[in-house]
Amino acid sequence: MSFWVEVTVSVLLLIGGTFVLVGSIGLLRLKDIYCRLHGPTKATTVGLGGILIGSVIYMSHLHGYLTLHELLITLFLVITAPVTAMILAKVAMHHRAKMMDKTRNQHMVITARAQRPPETENEADDTK
Amino acid sequence: MSMLSRIIPKPVTSFLLLVVWLMLNVSVSPGHILLGAVFAIIIPLLCAPLQIPQPKVKRPFRAVRYVLMVAGDIIVANVQVAILVIGPMRRIKPGFIAVPLDLEEDFPITILANTVTMTPGTLSAELSKDKNWLYVHVLSMPDDEQEIISLIKQRYELAIREIFKC
Repeated sequence: MSFWVEVTVSVLLLIGGTFVLVGSIGLLRLKDIYCRLHGPTKATTVGLGGILIGSVIYMSHLHGYLTLHELLITLFLVITAPVTAMILAKVAMHHRAKMMDKTRNQHMVITARAQRPPETENEADDTK
Repeated sequence: MSMLSRIIPKPVTSFLLLVVWLMLNVSVSPGHILLGAVFAIIIPLLCAPLQIPQPKVKRPFRAVRYVLMVAGDIIVANVQVAILVIGPMRRIKPGFIAVPLDLEEDFPITILANTVTMTPGTLSAELSKDKNWLYVHVLSMPDDEQEIISLIKQRYELAIREIFKC
């Protein structure tokens, strides 16, 4: 295996690994469920993408022909990750999950839960 | 309706099914192409009664450009979120916003909601029943929330409206 292929694959693996690690750190450090959702849905797309592209290059070089089925994993991930995030956010709203105190527009959760259009801040205060 | 369009009502779906089948098997041998072609014809026919009519992509090249733009934004989003997550926690200012939607059909709204989730620091949380408002959770709110609303509307919603010409 040529030197440059090894370097490329290593760099891709390192980038991918770093982003997956950051996603996990995000899960640990962020304080409420809504913020935690941002970590995995984003950091893992590039993280896993990097690892999988590394795998495509490595396996293609090893076999001598193009192997692309790793890209399917990326495809399925990109399709499913946003749906999962939205369902989790919905569940969190219905469970009245705690939010960080400095979260702005907290009143919007009330109308969002009922799938109603948002009210202005004053109206929301009246209906509490 | 011609004979061909009766056998293959959704050519793009059929083509994608064939490609995914060949990718799953890592093979372009005649046997797999034949089997994949059979699936590509049968599966859309079986699923046709389940289909809810959706607006068609009117400008495919715009759609390709949109995918590339979002892919670029996803990489930027990753770096930004990574810096936010590792940096001091006081920089994180979460908040909810409600984005008024001009899109009306389900399919374009789904694409917008998914795009919002994949891109910098935003996450779509809920859609109002009348399909006029998209609730979005923002990881790092700018002081003026209109900034982020107009970013979503101008960068993504406008592009989607152009793709579907609605």
